[in-house]
Amino acid sequence: MASVFGVLFDGFAYGMLLFLLSVGLSVTLGMMNFVNLAHCTFGMIGGYVTVTLMNSMGWPFLATLPAAFIAAAVTSVVFERTMFSRLYRSSDLDQCLLTIGLVFVSIASAAWIYGTIQQPVNLPNYLRGSFQVMGVTLGVYRLFLIGFALVVTLVLVLALEYTRFGAQVRAAVDNQRMARGLGINVDRAFAVTFALGSGLAGLGGALAIDIVGLDPAFALAYLVYVLIVVSVGGLGSIGGSFVAATLLGISDMAGKYYLPEIGSFLIYFVMIGLLMWRPAGLFGRR
Amino acid sequence: MSATTPVPTDPHQYLATQVRWRWIEIVFWLATLLPFVLTPSYLVLASQIAITALFALSLDLILGYAGIVSLGHAAFFGFGAYTAGIVSKYGWGEPLTGLLLAGFAAGLLGYLMSFIIARFRHLALIMLTLGFGFLLLELANSMGWLTGGADGLQGVRMWPLLGMFKFDLWGYTSYWYALIVLFLLFLVCRRLINSPFGLSLRGIRENVIRMRAIGAESHAHLRKIYTISAAVAGVAGGLLTQTTETVSLGVLDFQRSADILVILILGGAGRLYGGLIGAIIFMVARDQFSGINPQYWYFPIGLLLIAVVLFLPNGILGGLAQIGASERFQRWRGRLMLGRSSSS
Repeated sequence: MASVFGVLFDGFAYGMLLFLLSVGLSVTLGMMNFVNLAHCTFGMIGGYVTVTLMNSMGWPFLATLPAAFIAAAVTSVVFERTMFSRLYRSSDLDQCLLTIGLVFVSIASAAWIYGTIQQPVNLPNYLRGSFQVMGVTLGVYRLFLIGFALVVTLVLVLALEYTRFGAQVRAAVDNQRMARGLGINVDRAFAVTFALGSGLAGLGGALAIDIVGLDPAFALAYLVYVLIVVSVGGLGSIGGSFVAATLLGISDMAGKYYLPEIGSFLIYFVMIGLLMWRPAGLFGRR
Repeated sequence: MSATTPVPTDPHQYLATQVRWRWIEIVFWLATLLPFVLTPSYLVLASQIAITALFALSLDLILGYAGIVSLGHAAFFGFGAYTAGIVSKYGWGEPLTGLLLAGFAAGLLGYLMSFIIARFRHLALIMLTLGFGFLLLELANSMGWLTGGADGLQGVRMWPLLGMFKFDLWGYTSYWYALIVLFLLFLVCRRLINSPFGLSLRGIRENVIRMRAIGAESHAHLRKIYTISAAVAGVAGGLLTQTTETVSLGVLDFQRSADILVILILGGAGRLYGGLIGAIIFMVARDQFSGINPQYWYFPIGLLLIAVVLFLPNGILGGLAQIGASERFQRWRGRLMLGRSSSS
């Protein structure tokens, strides 16, 4: 079956999208243990910024991507400073509730401003179309997505491993109290990481429009996928998120192609099984 | 110094004071009869409120008292609703046995799941409950031959209650049926949480490691309360099916799990009346604002949720209790000052 490679390719591209959306949450959850269910809201903000800039102001697609990143990052910092930072020592329930409240507010606001319809996105010509390699159809946009995500991953890994800031973040993920004791400003490191992670989610949201569409339900619909990636991959692990997102993307795509009747809940089965086997995730240390 | 009534140190004495009925509780339950007289045209809404209150009560058992955070409690509500619907569709429309079956089926599912739930806490627990909720929703969606899928279950016909009272269009029978079931299960829950078992649940909620250290069997307790809570939620779902004579996928929705969480938190988790008060406020508000698009309806709900978490951590009842305590504290202090000035 030639289409096996096609499914693998599409699934991998989808997985890269999920990786961009979830990697920020993985790192911030690992640092502060803050259960942020509003993470996909930042993705949605990025998506709507791109749509608005392109359709109302005529910006080119690639130019809107940095704007989506910045808009999501700035919004997240505002939320973090005004609301989230007050709940770092609260129970998970309080954190869940506050962030679900934010999700509800964001969904209603998006529905009010943009309506509930899917937002259109006109990709530039050089990102459209597809070509054949050995009988497999490769979408140009999906190739672009994969390349983009791989570059982001590489930059993230290098930044975490080889910069001073990256070392501080790793220290805070490993042991927050010890890091504080050594004089690392964990709160500031967290705020910056939070902004970067949310910005990446915004980028993911902007890139997702062409593949999964964008409507107000985005903030809730992809939350589940993101949480699966984070909890299966393990908190605070970029490699774990990468592997989990790839697995999820490919298995979800394959399930929908080959087993359409049970494909939609196959992923929940897999997630529950994995969590029962390793509650801290595949690559989690706690 | 802020304690107004001394807390009894003997646990049996403490439980005895908790079990005693207060006048405000009696007033509350008498007030539930008022819709029959005052707002007879709203009896359908009243029965919906009673059902929601029962569902909130079931969540309170695990979340408020045992500290199990669940984002997928609609799974049991929906399982009970579908059980009651399917039983009736295939020829057995007797309400009471149907309701018992719904509760039993949901309880069984809860019992099976409790073996997994009791082992986890924090993020893994949230993810598992969420995952189970979605799993059941997808299952009901894809098993269209049994559940009717996205079209909902058609052909649910209920026989008259006790062979005498038909379910009428105005919700007369529905309301007193739902109210009696709610009251009976409320009594059970009230007894349960004011028992030594309920006390040890609160201990587990506060500090599970210490409870294990003093020899309390935390896993068995958590499994027990989870099963009971699932059964109560199933009964609530069954009630919804029987009073509306239809079941849709909405009973298993994430939205329903989130709504019931909002209701409980709004009213005050860890208080028996929290879910009941929350259900009344939430359902009446939703009925009043039903003209607006459901998409926008979540704006005030979200704001409310944020406000409750940030400013009213124990819900409306918790806030009221705080005010009451501080007022009494003021009076007590006033009297103390008076006594001091007269003696000097």
